[in-house]
Amino acid sequence: MITTYLFYFLSFLTIMFALMVVFSKSPVHSVLYLVMAFFTIAGHYVLLNAQFLAAVHVIVYAGAIMVLFLFVIMLLNLNKETEPHKSPWLKFSAVIAAGLLLVVLVGSLKGATNIMAANNFDANIGLIENLGKTLFQDFLLPFEISSILLLAAMVGAVLLGKKSIK
Amino acid sequence: MSAIQVVPIEWYLLLCTVLFTIGVLGVLFRRNAIIIFMSIEIMLNAVNLLLVAFSSYLSDSKGQVFVFFIMAVAAAEVAVGLAILMMVYRNTKSSDIDMLNKLKW
Repeated sequence: MITTYLFYFLSFLTIMFALMVVFSKSPVHSVLYLVMAFFTIAGHYVLLNAQFLAAVHVIVYAGAIMVLFLFVIMLLNLNKETEPHKSPWLKFSAVIAAGLLLVVLVGSLKGATNIMAANNFDANIGLIENLGKTLFQDFLLPFEISSILLLAAMVGAVLLGKKSIK
Repeated sequence: MSAIQVVPIEWYLLLCTVLFTIGVLGVLFRRNAIIIFMSIEIMLNAVNLLLVAFSSYLSDSKGQVFVFFIMAVAAAEVAVGLAILMMVYRNTKSSDIDMLNKLKW
């Protein structure tokens, strides 16, 4: 019973923080709300018995990606005064378009057929032992290719960040 | 006890749909390129959460491995994207994406 209430509470927090990311005036506040949203999503992972993924999520998103965002915002000296805004008419149409997308997605989900759950629930699939076995047996090639992707991204970021490209 | 045993999968579908729509709303609503990047992160996380929910629902760890790969791709995307943003800022002195309309028809 407490799990259900925790789910509702965490879902409410996630949606509220995500909305505050979009609607807050200052970019620094947006980043801080995004960190909070990521922590609530990590809480969802814990509730779903994906403990290792929750730890990795906190380390990668709250630890690495958000620091990068905050660093760039501080470097570009963005604040409330320099923030560009769309015209009220464009903002209104953006809200209408997103609302229509939500209606279409929820409507399509309503007509979807049910998937049967696995009849014997296994609480241990989120543990590092089972995840490692799957990762290194079924997904070994994608794992190695993703290391090349990260190397290429690193080289690209360094090259783009250089002062002058001649 | 896992949440998937007491919460119906439809609630997770609804939550992730709402989160994804908030990401789309952020991309349409704001002009600051960094906020648009954050909205893309929200969309990626909505998909990640749904993958974990279904992986738990079907007791199959392949979904959680996919979330790992999405995280790696997201990290690479953010590094390159923020470097591009820095370069745009250096050339236009602004993070407003409406300045970059040379390719607009």
